[in-house]
Formats: sequence, structure tokens, C-alpha cells
Amino acid sequence: MSETIVLTKDVPAAAAAPDDAAAPRRRLGPVFWVAAGWLALIVLAAALADLLPLSRPGDLGDAMPGAGPSAGHLLGTDDLGRDLLSRVIYGARVSLIVGFASIAVGLAVGGVLGLLAGYFRGWVDAVITAAANVLLAFPALVLGLAVVTFLGPSLPHVTLAISLLAIGPLTLMVRGATLMFSEREFVLASRLVGARTHRTVLREVLPNVVPSALSLGLVSVANAMVAEGGLSFLGLSVRPPDPTWGNMIAEGSAVLERTPAVALWPAVAMFLTVLSLNYVGDRLRGRFDVKEGAL
Amino acid sequence: MTATAPHLRAADAALLRVEDLVVEFRAAGRRRVHAVSGVSFDVLPGETLGIVGESGCGKSTTARAVMRVTRPASGSVRFRGAELTRLSERGLRRIRTSMQMIFQDPVSSLNPRRRVRDIVAEPLVVWGRGDAAAREAKVREALAAVGLDYDVVGDRYPHQFSGGQCQRISIARALVLEPELLVCDEPVSALDVSVQAQILNLLEDLKERYGLTLVFISHDLAVVKNVCDRVAVMYLGKVVEVAPADALYRASAHPYTRALLSSIPDPDPDPGPDAAARDAEYGPRGESPSPLDPPSGCRYRTRCPLAQDKCAREVPEPRQLDDGHTVACHFPITTS
Amino acid sequence: MTAAEESPLLRVTDLTTHFRTDRGLMRAVDGVSFTLERGRTLGVVGESGSGKTVLSRSVMGLLPRGDVVRGGTVQYAGEDISALDEDGLRRLWGREIAMVFQDPMTSLNPVVRIGRQITEHLRLHTGASRADARAKAAALLKSVGIPEPERRLREYPHQLSGGMRQRVMIAVALATGPRLLLADEPTTALDVTVQAQILDLLRAQQRQRDMAMILVTHDLGVVAGRTDEVAVMYAGRVVERAPTRTLFTNMRMPYTEALVRSIPRIADPGHTRLAAIPGRPPDMTRPPAGCRFAPRCAYARDKCRAEQPPLRESGEPGHTFACWYPVGTPEGAAALERNRKEAS
Repeated sequence: MSETIVLTKDVPAAAAAPDDAAAPRRRLGPVFWVAAGWLALIVLAAALADLLPLSRPGDLGDAMPGAGPSAGHLLGTDDLGRDLLSRVIYGARVSLIVGFASIAVGLAVGGVLGLLAGYFRGWVDAVITAAANVLLAFPALVLGLAVVTFLGPSLPHVTLAISLLAIGPLTLMVRGATLMFSEREFVLASRLVGARTHRTVLREVLPNVVPSALSLGLVSVANAMVAEGGLSFLGLSVRPPDPTWGNMIAEGSAVLERTPAVALWPAVAMFLTVLSLNYVGDRLRGRFDVKEGAL
Repeated sequence: MTATAPHLRAADAALLRVEDLVVEFRAAGRRRVHAVSGVSFDVLPGETLGIVGESGCGKSTTARAVMRVTRPASGSVRFRGAELTRLSERGLRRIRTSMQMIFQDPVSSLNPRRRVRDIVAEPLVVWGRGDAAAREAKVREALAAVGLDYDVVGDRYPHQFSGGQCQRISIARALVLEPELLVCDEPVSALDVSVQAQILNLLEDLKERYGLTLVFISHDLAVVKNVCDRVAVMYLGKVVEVAPADALYRASAHPYTRALLSSIPDPDPDPGPDAAARDAEYGPRGESPSPLDPPSGCRYRTRCPLAQDKCAREVPEPRQLDDGHTVACHFPITTS
Repeated sequence: MTAAEESPLLRVTDLTTHFRTDRGLMRAVDGVSFTLERGRTLGVVGESGSGKTVLSRSVMGLLPRGDVVRGGTVQYAGEDISALDEDGLRRLWGREIAMVFQDPMTSLNPVVRIGRQITEHLRLHTGASRADARAKAAALLKSVGIPEPERRLREYPHQLSGGMRQRVMIAVALATGPRLLLADEPTTALDVTVQAQILDLLRAQQRQRDMAMILVTHDLGVVAGRTDEVAVMYAGRVVERAPTRTLFTNMRMPYTEALVRSIPRIADPGHTRLAAIPGRPPDMTRPPAGCRFAPRCAYARDKCRAEQPPLRESGEPGHTFACWYPVGTPEGAAALERNRKEAS
């Protein structure tokens, strides 16, 4: 058939092969792996705390109160003689659970709302955006305080309070990404081949929004951990003697001059964790953007 | 209705017939963008109709209104006799399998997170056509038709391809449902000239092979002239001239068409006295006014070197010059 | 005559610009040499990825310092400007060399009135008084064909149409009376009827001011009637350079021929099959050995795939090309014939 001959003449093998088949993937850099390593370490330690050779975080034990690092107590002890390493690790549990759980809730709710607002626009968008803006307009700490004071300080309530804080920004971010991708012709093409709305949203829009939502989610986990620390510092999160990084810093601030280590170690742990989350989230987002903009 | 559009042919002969199409958008401050203001054209089966014009003339909006992506304010769009403007979502969904569209930006047309074989198979999956094996065979055939090898490209993502290759993939997706009408919205404007020629040749081949009817939208009159049987020239929301492609080049009657012709940068260093004279006579003044506030009477009059008082007062109605050649101008040019 | 006056206005020697990327060294510009005399116009034509834009930016010294490997020299009026620091370059950019870019919207500051954008530039480089600068700005706008210049001076960029903005950019570029104007795809973002107006304006200003001009474009039609000479770029190299008329009537490089033939002509009858160039330009992190056009070339023989052709003279004045089997020569015709036989 002459047709096929014409076609193959126009398109030799060279044209049919993508040229970056052997191209290496974009590197994330060593700092990324250090940050990711720190996060893995913290998560593992918190998850496996019961199996580690640590004293209980509430154990007064026989150690000298306010002692410096020693073989038995790698980070030393606090004013009551409790092991600081153990308390930092058990405290990480609360920070991590609140951080990830509240953002998971925030992403689920904000993701759905953002997708609806960005894809359908019109009055749906107007209502959802207005609601998100109202949430954003509340001073974060006051909103958190109100919820926890009303419901009582406990792990689920703190998580709820912080996820309320996260829904606003996450909704707006997902909405923005959805708006952007909905404008693209591949979404129109999906409608034109007769795909129903849910298929267009789930198959064409959602997979494009997820990577940026997840990387922003990681950065938000850092914010949520800081917020938990704040509430905890004010005594509105998990109550002592159960340790959280926030209440440890609060306790430590009272004895800052005598035993600075009590406030220092949880502060360092929180600082490194927040920094790592921010860095990892940021790098991942950069990586997705590059892939997107390859052409 | 035929009084307003003498270039329309017998209604039952046309595959697509657009009459008096009006599309308006709301703009800030209660104003209206008059994007398309009473456009009529038709396309016979197997024909290629070109719609040519500069940015803001409403050619892409017309295409989108034909596909009913944009809802027209008034007018009629008939495809195989069915009135699309009054069709339900369900009816529209079914009829769209027979009319497909390809877009200007080849990269934006493909979902960056899906593999090529999934992208091309999507229409089949949506319609539940065939089992997995039958679908793969169909995708393989569509990709081969656009010059791509399923085994090489199937597993790859769009960002691994050049613009021209992405456009081939888009065309394969549009073909897989075996449509009758293919609306091409500036399909080669984003491509380099050498690649542009490949895609234009490909469209011509596919048209013949699958018996396609094309609506080909472009700002480039030379490209349109090359691939189209008939050409409609649009300016600021109106069709100003319709003619067979060769007649349009030989004997264009509207001053705007002349201006477009003379503006084509000709890759010939010695354009000759004819072209220079034509330039001087019909060269347009300034730029296109805003469709927010189109000029009274003839919309081209503000740039037209031949404009007179009448052009500001009266909207020129399209009138027949020759067989299949109509022009909407009070003072059409009759010399060639 | 001093040395500066004898030397050409611009002499580019063996210029290379390579970018370090994750995928290896990208040879955007790979050994380009050319000269440009005072008051002459040179068209630089190439497809996307040919290196034409990187070339114009390299000449201007506009490329970022990191991740770029440069080589070769750029001499402006006898002075090596490739070694200049920021301050030295800024002195040149303002007064001697001006640039017009593709997108006039991003080149103009959106929150500053047109008048101030021009007058500040004028006052900075000429030390004119406020009133003088204002008068000169109005005169400039008038000279680039902007009606009611006084009113336009008080407007913001978004109040102007695309063509008007490009006219303003040209006015800004011309303000200090440069001797070299680099226009990088100046009309690509504009409608065809406006493109013709802007190109004519550039040509008129260039002649009137006896200014040299480099017109970078992807469109052979744009350079055809409006430049003295044309350099065709492919994959980071100049593959053919000739006086414009010679290039179109007597091209030697198969790529130039293929490019000209792939353009649809308005005068051809409808449905004329276009002579498309098969394949696509090479990946410049891994350019082919030998001639870079060889994989797409109808004339290419084994020698082309193995050995890189040097730029050589055609015999006509000012015409050079890089090809082993040139168009319009017995060797070229023989190579084409043999390829056709082998294919069938």
C-alpha cells in the first residue's frame, strides 16, 4: 500500500525513538539524603521505642537528676533524673502522630474541596474559597486554643485542632493546581472523547495534583509539628508526665539556667525534624516541577 | 437564513453546518466580549475547510463552540443533521465520538502522568470498546498510522517526546474512535517548519486513508492554502470572505484578505513589483481593535485603506461573487 | 585610521557556549565565527534548539555565569568584550549595543509608565535633563510610528497592544543611538499584518541610522527581503552563510535547501505535498559524529557520518558552507543519485 510507504518515509526510525531514553534521572543531592535519613531515624526510633534498650520516659531510676551525658544516659537526665534520650524519643511519637495525622486529614478534606472548587469553578468555587479564607482568617493559635479548651487536651483533639488549621491552605493549594491543570488541553481532550466528569477528574486532573499536594503536605507536617509544640508548651496538648517535645521544652524553660539540656535536646530534635521536612518537601516539589517542564 | 449566508450549500449535503453562530463572554464591568458575531459556514464530507485569521478574530472560539466546549449565545450547529446546540449531555457525549479535536500546544494536550499507550487507549476504555487485546491492537494501529511504533513508544511518558511527536500522539488519540470530523485548532503553529511539514503531510495522508473531513484553523494563510479546499477568512468575530483555496489566492476580494496575503513573509528575496505594489495599496493600518468594543458597520474599516463613510454606517452583508466565493464588503476588490 | 576603525564592528571567533546539565554537556553553541561590518544586517536563521538565541545572548554577554562553559572571543570595534566584567558590559549595553526581545510584555516593567521607562534610560546613558529626555522620548515614539506619543508616555505597558509595545521596545533600544541592534525573534509573538509593519520599521531605522543589525529568527521568510546576509544555524553551528540573494538562489548546504522546501508557498496549488525534513534535530548533549545534519540528509554518504565538514568557500564572494556533497555540484548530485538507488 502506497500510504504506508509514504508514512514510513516521513518517519524514519530516528524520529520514532525518544531521545532521552538513557538519560539519568535528576539527582536530589546529598543534603536531601541526609535530611531523609534523619526523618527515617526519628520515625523508626519513635515506632520501635518500646523495643529499644531505653528506660521508660517516666522512670525516675537511680540516676543523678540533671546529670550530663553518660554511658547509661546518652543525653543525660532531667531535673527529676529521667532519661532525656528516652523522653525525646517517646516525645517524638506525639509530634509525629499529630503532625502526620492532622495533615492526612487536612489533605483528604482539603484535597476533595480543592478539586471540586478548581474543576467546577462558579458558585462551588466561590463557596469553598470563601470558607477556606474564613478558616485562614482566624489566628491559628487562637483557633487551636479554642478547640482544645472546648474539647479537652488529648491526642485526638489536638490532631483535630491542627487539621482544622491545615485545611484552609491545603484547599487553596489544591484548588490552584486543579485550576491550572483543568485549563490544559488534555483535560478538554478527555471530555471530548466522552469521559464522564468523575473519570476526567480522577484520571486526568488528580494524578497531576497529587505530587505537588504531597510535597506541600510534607512541609505542612513541619508546620503542624511546630503548632503542636506551641499548644503543648501552653499545656494544651498531651499532658505531663507523658512527654512531648513541646511540654519538655516548657518544663526545661523553668530550669534553663541549671539544666539547659532539658530544653535543648527536644528543641534540637524538633529543629532538625522541621528543617528536614521542609527540605525534603521542597526538593521533591522541585523534582516534580522539572519533570513537568521537561519540554 | 440563506439570505445572510449565500456561501452555504444544500443543508443535506453538508456534514457540518454552522449558521449565524454567536459567542459572547462576560468581561469585567458588565461588558461583553463579542468573540464570534454571526458566523456561518459548512463543510461537505471529505472536504477540508480552513478558517484563517489573526489572534482575537474568534477562530478558536468558533472551533470550541462547534465542539460545544463553549456554549454559543445563539445560532445553530448541525452535525449530520443533528442540532448540537440543543443536544443533552448524554446525546452530546455520544456524538462527540464522531467529531474529534486536536490542539495547538502538543505538550499541553497530553497528560504528563500517563503512558502513551494509556493516553491513546483512553477513548476506547471510556467507551468500553473491545477487551484489552483488541484495544492494544487498535492502539498499535493508530500509532502506526501516525508513524510511531507501539513497542518503542507505548511505555513512555509525553515529556520524553519532541513537540512534533507529541502532536502525532494527539492525532493517534483523536483517530482511535474513527471520527468523521477532525477539528484542528492551530495544529502546527507550535512546531518548527521542518516538523510542521511532516505533520501537514501526515494530516493529508490520514484524511485520505480514513476519509476524514477536516476543519483546519490557522493564522497562517500559506499553510491553510496548502491543505484546504475552501477557506473562510475571519476578522474580529466575523467571516469576511469565503472562497475555494485557489480562488482566494488568485482573486481575493476583501481588503483584509489582501492584507493577509501581502503580509506573508515570502522566502524569496526578490518579491517583484507586483507584491510591492499590492503591499502599498492594501497594507493594513495599525492593529486589530478590541472585541470588547468592535467598530460600527464593517469591523475592518478602522484599518482598511479603502474605507468610506458607508462602511461606518452599514454592516456589509455577505454577497456572492462567483460560484462558492462570497465576500462581506461594500467595496470589494475586483482586480486580481 | 585607528585600529578600532579598521576592524569590523563585530568579530566573533570560534565562540562556544556549553551548558552543564544533568544529562551531560549540552553544546548549545559549538564553534561559531562570523564578522559583521558597520551598518550591515545579518539574519541568523535556525529551528528551535539550533543555538541561535544562545548565540545572540553569548555575543551580548547575557548568559548566567554558573553552569556555563564558554570559549572563543567576541570583539566589538576591536575590543575583546568576552572578557569584560558586569560594569564594562553595562556600559556597552546602554550605548553601543541594544537588544529587542521576542516578548515585549516581559521586557517592559508593568508598573512603570512608558515615559519613565524611556526617560530614565536616556538620562542614565546621556545625562540629559528631565525635560530634554521627555522631549526626546516623545520624538522617539513618533519616529517608531506611535501616534499621539505624548499620551502614550503617560500610559502603562498593559494599555498598549502587542505591536505598540514592540514599537516602544524598539524606541527604548534606539534611544541612545546604538551602533549594533540585536533583534531576537522580534515579531514571533505578533500577528502577521503587524509583523510586516515591525520588520519594515526595523529595516527603516537601521538604514536611517546606519546601524548594524542582527536579526535572529526561525522564519526564513522574515530574513529574505530584509537582511544583507544570512547565516543558517543547525545544531549549534553555522552551516551556511551567504549574501541573502545568493543564499536563496544558489544554496549549497542541503539543510538550507530542505528548510526552504519545507515551507508551504502561497503560490503553490492546493494540496501540494510538502518536502518535509525527516526526523528531528539531534540531542545536543550527544551530537552525532561527523556532519550533524547527516542523519536527516538526503545527500549524506558514509563520509558525512564519519567526518565533520569544515566551513569552506563556494567561490562566490562571502559565501561559505559546511558540506561534503553540496547542493548544485556534481558531487552532490552523484551522492543524491546513489542514495536514491540504494534506497530503492
